[in-house]
Amino acid sequence: MITKRIIPCLDVRNGRVVKGVNFEGLSDVSSPVELAKYYSDNGADELVFYDITASFEERRLFTDILREVAEQIFIPLTVGGGINTVDDFDRVLKCGADKVSVNSGAIRNPDLIREAAELYGNQCVVISADVKRVDGVFHVFAKGGREDTGMEAIEWIKRCVKLGAGEVVVNSIDTDGVKKGFDIEMLKAVCEAVNVPVIASGGAGGINDFVELFREIPDIDAGLAASIFHFGEVAIPDLKQELKKNNITVRL
Amino acid sequence: MIAIIDYGVGNLFSLCSSLKSIGAEAVVTSDKEILRSADKLVLPGVGAFADAAQKLRDTGMDLIVREQAAAGKDIMGICLGMQLLFEKSYEYGEHEGLGLLKGSVVPMEGAIPEKLKIPHIGWNALHFAKPSGLFKYINENDCVYFVHSYFATDCDESVIATTEYGREMTAAVELGNIKGCQFHPEKSGKVGLAILKAFCEN
Repeated sequence: MITKRIIPCLDVRNGRVVKGVNFEGLSDVSSPVELAKYYSDNGADELVFYDITASFEERRLFTDILREVAEQIFIPLTVGGGINTVDDFDRVLKCGADKVSVNSGAIRNPDLIREAAELYGNQCVVISADVKRVDGVFHVFAKGGREDTGMEAIEWIKRCVKLGAGEVVVNSIDTDGVKKGFDIEMLKAVCEAVNVPVIASGGAGGINDFVELFREIPDIDAGLAASIFHFGEVAIPDLKQELKKNNITVRL
Repeated sequence: MIAIIDYGVGNLFSLCSSLKSIGAEAVVTSDKEILRSADKLVLPGVGAFADAAQKLRDTGMDLIVREQAAAGKDIMGICLGMQLLFEKSYEYGEHEGLGLLKGSVVPMEGAIPEKLKIPHIGWNALHFAKPSGLFKYINENDCVYFVHSYFATDCDESVIATTEYGREMTAAVELGNIKGCQFHPEKSGKVGLAILKAFCEN
């Protein structure tokens, strides 16, 4: 049976891994290559790298680091951040990425999903959506969660899958950084709406939050988190043992 | 020396890096003389079957693969590269493969329960169907990374491992010097590297 995936996410700026709380107040944590190696050796099923740099120079530094990671780490790598054109797909795929995650770039130009899926296959295109409740309705936010697009999130995600996205990352802004558990209600709504893998993000505070996630939503494919892994609050082997005890299929 | 056949499909960076990481000398090439002089060949592949089969023919790589297969050289197909080893594929129509292995490639759609997601993406357990030198460093139930929407069938003769995804599905094949993995050994962590190591040593 296919296993539930545990995915650490590494936000990279100036060649270093950082993690914001509610997307603000970033703090430097560690070296991307060292962290990636550590996670790969300790049970991570996949790694996500978000390039949160702005300038061209920094972007080159990011791809250099990505290449270095891909030379040493042999588990799937997803790259996101600053992906606006198929040339951006090309740039990171050549450096060893397996999947590319699009967010604001797809909001600006939804056709990017279709173009990329035709060129590289659906399995390569991941739609990442930052979602927040606005007056009780799920809205998609752009620009790292700062800007309300006004679009209803479930409809947006369905549209992206129709255009060719092969996987969905749902990041709940409401639960992100709060560490009180994943946004079960939001994730359930997404899982019911699409038939591609859905990855939960935002809100993991401890091992039990992952147990709750996979128990409450049998259709969810993976749980993604950053700071709880980076700061050693949760060790992935312990997390997986606990999931196994709860009859959730994992790769040990 | 292990030669990864470059016929213009996919990204071979990780595959090449993974072989180098286990100490193999690996090159990505479409140079026929290098392919002929290599100890072993790897046939990679991602994307659509018809497109890849056409590119194999356009580059003349189909002839080299057949020639080297007949000469007894070890060849490993990976993912779509494995599917290309079969007689035909029913991915958007009917397309000829290399025919080095008996069997065909069919869509998962309609062949697995509807509630299961397609593509089959993620880590899944290997179940050995026959003993193989490729498995000498790994164990039954070890997990490897799959990404595919089509699978090889009617290939009892060559199947050496299966995985479970709504049904039993071909995961690895071997018939003499012709070998293949539906999963990505270069993305399957230590288990994947152990399979590549066994292939390089065999």
